Amino acid sequence: MTATTTRPGRVEVHGVHKSFGTLEVLQGIDLVVEPGSVTVVLGPSGSGKSTLLRSINHLEKVDRGFIALDGELVGYRRRSHRGGDRLHELQEKDLLRQRTRFGFVFQNFNLFPHLTALENVVEAPVSAQGRRRGEVEAEARELLARVGLADKAAVHPRQLSGGQQQRVAIARALAMRPAVLLFDEPTSALDPELVGEVLGVIEDLARTGTTMIVVTHEIGFARKAADQVVFMDAGRIVETGPPEQVLDAPRHERTRAFLAKVL
Amino acid sequence: MTTVVPRPTAGTAAPPPTGTPYDQLRVVPARNPGRWVATAVVAVLLAMVVNSLVTNPRWEWDVVAAYLTEESIVRGVWTTIQLTLITAVLGFALGTVLALMRLSRSPLLQAVSWGYTWVFRSVPLILQLLLWYNLAYLYQSLDFGLPFGPSFASVDTLSLIDKFGAAVLGLGLHQAAYSAEIVRAGILSVDQGQLEAAASLGIPRRRQSTRIVLPQAMRAIVPTAVNEIIGLFKGTSIVYVLALGELFYTVSVIYGRTQRVLPMLVVAAVWYVVLTTVVTVIQYHVERYYARGAVRTLPPTPLQRLRANLTAGLARVSTVRNADREGTR
Repeated sequence: MTATTTRPGRVEVHGVHKSFGTLEVLQGIDLVVEPGSVTVVLGPSGSGKSTLLRSINHLEKVDRGFIALDGELVGYRRRSHRGGDRLHELQEKDLLRQRTRFGFVFQNFNLFPHLTALENVVEAPVSAQGRRRGEVEAEARELLARVGLADKAAVHPRQLSGGQQQRVAIARALAMRPAVLLFDEPTSALDPELVGEVLGVIEDLARTGTTMIVVTHEIGFARKAADQVVFMDAGRIVETGPPEQVLDAPRHERTRAFLAKVL
Repeated sequence: MTTVVPRPTAGTAAPPPTGTPYDQLRVVPARNPGRWVATAVVAVLLAMVVNSLVTNPRWEWDVVAAYLTEESIVRGVWTTIQLTLITAVLGFALGTVLALMRLSRSPLLQAVSWGYTWVFRSVPLILQLLLWYNLAYLYQSLDFGLPFGPSFASVDTLSLIDKFGAAVLGLGLHQAAYSAEIVRAGILSVDQGQLEAAASLGIPRRRQSTRIVLPQAMRAIVPTAVNEIIGLFKGTSIVYVLALGELFYTVSVIYGRTQRVLPMLVVAAVWYVVLTTVVTVIQYHVERYYARGAVRTLPPTPLQRLRANLTAGLARVSTVRNADREGTR
């Protein structure tokens, strides 16, 4: 194995605060995600899990603290200014380029309904990364095959089941060759029967060593695939650790109460 | 009459009381005497209308036919088409800019866009047209140069804004105010998640608009936009106040000379119907194009539907006839 320090995909979150109006959704979050590891974020609704995930690829701007990917600040650039350093907000163009290093999978898929499955996957690598369409299309077909949808390339999203749509969305995120994959409750909008097919794809990805941060309510998935489980409540991280510790021997009362309800 | 037992829809669990099983019995469609009466009444009324159109000599159909493709009329139609198309393009281009300004984060851009829509929707079109036509009274010449700075070129206002120019300006700027709201409504109708998905994929801003948002907004924009274009086709008739030779003005000039008022109005009406029909057909296909992906199966084209209706109708008539034959037997 290569040395883990040279592998891309290290995410650092330091002292992140975020408020919506008077509601402080994130109240000082610190988290480190090692390259190639799988982090599962658990917690009740409204605990700030999704906001944290959306802050990581700068879909939400944080009020305080910072987030870095492989040592590079997300959303800002450090520049010296008369002796002292300053943080400059990135221009839209640079921000978009930075976002291509993250793959984001949404709870309700957010596929582009007017484009076919293949066009959904091909769009961003061509328009955001400037890669050649022919090459991207070939790769997109491989990705669709990898999520088990080789025969659905020419189909529009509304003609697919929820599980199939989410698998296209995963292929779309993978097509960017991201360093980190972010999943925001990827199975919450699915029928119970369809949850398995999507989790299966995510577990396969976990085995390939992609850095992943997964917000979910699927405890079974956390137990099977996670290297690190994070439990959040009311805008704070209550506890962090390997699944066998957080899930089977939680140290905090709040974690125990939550697990008792969902298990 | 024979008694007819309805065929149960699913499962013939209950055994039939006597003789033949249910699934071998003939189904007789329900009858709607009310519908037949209504159809007959409307048919009679329609026949009366057609009869009066044909038999009343005062319609002067020969005059209508003679003038329908007369050279000055065709020229008028062409002017009407030009006015409408140029105005629609100008209106929607400016309208899209106004809509984007209104949705921008700059308060000044928002306010200017709001103010534009406010003013141009408040002042009657006929008044705006006359204002533009009389612009030369306010500004004898138009200078092109730096703001508050030197002028590079100067043009006589009257030579730049002739009748046609005034008509295009008046109609186009008025239309832009309405188009802006239509485009804005279309953009707002696109799910916020689409923008988030595009942003999370790093798709460049302009590409987000042209590839992701506008194509989806078009579904909401097209029906109202076509409504506006049809409105424009007929609305151009208002520029007769500038004595511009579009369809309606041409017609009024002819009947002023010949006193054949009614037939000439019919000529204009026929042309307006033709133009509207063409636009409606185009609308149908444009809507079908933008419906891709939004519906699971595209609706049939009018021709396909006509054929399907005819087949179904014929089948229905023949079953009714068969059932009647059985009934009288």
